[in-house]
Amino acid sequence: MSDISLLVLLPLLAALGAAAMPRHSAIWGLAATVLTAILAMWLALELLQDGAREVAIGGWAAPLGIVLVADGLAVLMLLMTSGVGIAMAIQATSWGVWPSSCTSKKAAALRSGFWPLWLATLGALNVLFLSGDLFNIYVAFEILGLTAVGLTALSGTPNALRAAFDYLSAGLAGSLLLLLGIALAYGVIGRVDLAAVPMLAETVAGRMALSLFVAGLAVKAALFPLHFWMPAAHSSAAPVASALLSALVVKGALYVILRISIEGGAGMETLRFALAGMGAAAMLWGAWGALRASRLKLLVAQSTVAQIGLIAMAIGVSGDGLMQNGLWHAAALLMLSHALAKAAMFVAVGRIAEELGHDRISGLNRKELRPGAAEFAFAIASVSLIGLPPTAGFIGKWILIEGLIVQNAWIWVALILIGTALSAAYLSRVVSRCLRGGPHIAKGAHHPPWRAGDVVALGLATSALLLGLASAFPLTLLEITVK
Amino acid sequence: MSQFLPIAILMTSLGAAPIILMIPENASRLRTTVNLTAATLKLMLVVWLTIVVVQGGSPDLRFTVAPGLDLHLKADALSILFLALSAILWLITTIYAIGYLENGADRGRFFGFFSLCVASTVGIAMAGNLFTFLIFFELLTLATYPLVVHRGTAEAHRAGKIYLAYTLGGGLALTVGTIWLYALAGDVTFTPQGVLGDLPQTESIALIAIFVLLIAGVGVKAALVPLHGWLPLSMVAPAPVSALLHAVAVVKAGAFGIMRIVYDVYGIENVQELGLATPLALLAALTIIWGSVCALTQDDLKKRLAYSTVSQVSYITLGIALVSPLAAIGGLTHLIHQGIMKITLFLAAGNFAEGHKVKTVSAMNGMGRLMPISMMAFTIGALGMIGVPPLAGFLSKWYLGAGGLEAGQPAVIALLAGSSLLNAAYFLPILYRAWFLEPPTGATAGRNLGWMLVLPPAVTAALIVAAGLFANAPFSPLGWTRFIVSLEYL
Repeated sequence: MSDISLLVLLPLLAALGAAAMPRHSAIWGLAATVLTAILAMWLALELLQDGAREVAIGGWAAPLGIVLVADGLAVLMLLMTSGVGIAMAIQATSWGVWPSSCTSKKAAALRSGFWPLWLATLGALNVLFLSGDLFNIYVAFEILGLTAVGLTALSGTPNALRAAFDYLSAGLAGSLLLLLGIALAYGVIGRVDLAAVPMLAETVAGRMALSLFVAGLAVKAALFPLHFWMPAAHSSAAPVASALLSALVVKGALYVILRISIEGGAGMETLRFALAGMGAAAMLWGAWGALRASRLKLLVAQSTVAQIGLIAMAIGVSGDGLMQNGLWHAAALLMLSHALAKAAMFVAVGRIAEELGHDRISGLNRKELRPGAAEFAFAIASVSLIGLPPTAGFIGKWILIEGLIVQNAWIWVALILIGTALSAAYLSRVVSRCLRGGPHIAKGAHHPPWRAGDVVALGLATSALLLGLASAFPLTLLEITVK
Repeated sequence: MSQFLPIAILMTSLGAAPIILMIPENASRLRTTVNLTAATLKLMLVVWLTIVVVQGGSPDLRFTVAPGLDLHLKADALSILFLALSAILWLITTIYAIGYLENGADRGRFFGFFSLCVASTVGIAMAGNLFTFLIFFELLTLATYPLVVHRGTAEAHRAGKIYLAYTLGGGLALTVGTIWLYALAGDVTFTPQGVLGDLPQTESIALIAIFVLLIAGVGVKAALVPLHGWLPLSMVAPAPVSALLHAVAVVKAGAFGIMRIVYDVYGIENVQELGLATPLALLAALTIIWGSVCALTQDDLKKRLAYSTVSQVSYITLGIALVSPLAAIGGLTHLIHQGIMKITLFLAAGNFAEGHKVKTVSAMNGMGRLMPISMMAFTIGALGMIGVPPLAGFLSKWYLGAGGLEAGQPAVIALLAGSSLLNAAYFLPILYRAWFLEPPTGATAGRNLGWMLVLPPAVTAALIVAAGLFANAPFSPLGWTRFIVSLEYL
């Protein structure tokens, strides 16, 4: 049992340590991030050998006690979080690792702010992925909501503070819905563990409770039309924070939606249909926003709206029956692919903006600056997000479309295709400008220097690209379920 | 050992790409070395693979990406046809491009993506199933885009945008068709005479829809009318790109895709029984005529050549769609013949532009006197396209015509005659101007091009003559295609 609860305890305790010793926060952070990643990998290997496992903390079984469930899906999410987390930790080392290695006061402030927030985020996400009951999930969201607000406000600019306030309000509204859902659910069947979701789905009041809960999750996942707070928050935070928020934090909510949909069974058909519809609308709305965006970070944030839509749609159409079809595997794979590609993209955008001094799309082709590694990373990440082969996004879309074709659900196929075409359209706005040359380059133009961000962005983008070829691994992992 | 040849051949260009991209811009000697080593190595490996395949071996490598989805590389006779074309022409074009881009900007990026393009064609040639084919087909789109916009002008970017819209759109159609087929038939491994089994009886409507999607997907790259709009526009790219990629690699990837889909996915009999062969042949015929008519009206030399490509590539499609072994031989041989002829024309045209800034047909006066070698090569290429015996193009047309008669479609003869007349109508004025008119007064010797630019078109022109004269040799394009066709039409 120890290793599962350690995955939760280690980052949370390290967060306290990092907060208590701000000058040593980077050391705490790096050590805890790497250790958590090792634990997650260990757990994945154990799972592949022995199958899924359930642990009752303190020996109290459900429905009363706290139960941690590690199945394939949960462990895949843990691995995703650790992978992106390590990349972001490397990126954050640019603020200095050793107590005395801070270059400026601002860097020191960012460092001592970032690490405890990140570690708490990591801990909260791990709680979320492993939780077997709705109340734990709610608690995890409370921590996550606060740390996410902190991460948004980290850069300290007026825009960031305003966005953080909006984030806080939206987060509170979402939490309220979650709490209402839980209270109602408890009132109906007297249980709040995930295994009780099918029972909930059988009664009207229970379905009401689930709808409230999922609505709260939709706010937190920034699913259209409840996404209003997100583009501003994700586009005004510091690059590392944006990457974490967009790649991981919204995934937490999507994960729980997927979990409930899987557990819910046949009673959730209407809710799933609503999810798929909202997802499709989000895909179109986000793409429209990204096509019109004038700033690079805003474009990337709007593309998150669209991608969340795609994932929600994949969850919605995968329908009843965990065992019968693997359609929900597509949703999990798309989450994974989006996490890697979007983190790469935000870090790359951070680097581009740092070199240019701004992030206006129309000003990307500056004559005196040659395209650098960050722009290349952006292009590779775009390939993943569009879902071209051989990326994981492609395999995800393949599974999704194949499943939909088998069900003759051609409208959804058409919507996915439109979404894909639109994503190619808005991403090519940026990529074409990265390919400047000829008259757009001055004689003495220089390449931007290499920084940690370039390496991190390239690494994440390449892994998103190559993950497609290794999709057999995540797909095998997803086969491991409790039942 | 020879089992790993496909992956080795793929890696010579796929591995070279990141290395070239990382070489600093001004280390041009190092880059040239890597380029030429990779190209030569690949040619040698392809020769080796050809020997293996002739001796009856069929290297076959599989790697499971996801349940039911395999990355599958294998080398069969049809692969060798496309591989040989890409390997020989890659070496020649690399030499040409090194000379052409001397002192140009962004050479690292250019050659990096150039290698990636060739890697994609190699992957397409050796793809063992439709999934693998799709992966490399899309990679080809992505790798060619930076080359189309290489010059960085507003015009280049506009052309690049249209290019992307066409090819990614085609890619989507191909993807949906492929997924649909996988949903129906499971893993679609390329097998002569098709893999459909008894599906044509039960799922004929779905199969027709899938065929339309697949052909539309590859048809964009094969520049089938009305999906050809990108090709003339993408002529803004530098000459080596137009020569190798747009005259050979990209359009041939499309034509090769049509071959695979008709022969190795559906099987020619099923295509005929589903009533798909005749519409495809008609589409090819329309493209042949339409491309030629458009070529007539172009004054820009490269654009005229581009429309000529639109027209000529459809000979391949026509040969496939006619459902006759002889026509198939004509069509498949034309994959090689059109490749060497069109690359000769484009390389020579690049030389005219480099040496004398001549980019239009109306400025070609006296070019034979100014640049005799390049103009000679151009002339051989043009005569070959018209179908003058004993050049390569004559053979293609001969077999296509004979195949038309065999298939009971004498109209094919009229089509070929009409097309040859049109070919003559748009090529002969160029030749007349170049050889029989005086150069404009004040035309000087022009830039000295150096052997790297002059030699490649001369070599490919020699290949055109050789492919025609030695057509009966076992390893001539014609000899090899007879072997392939015997597999499909048992």
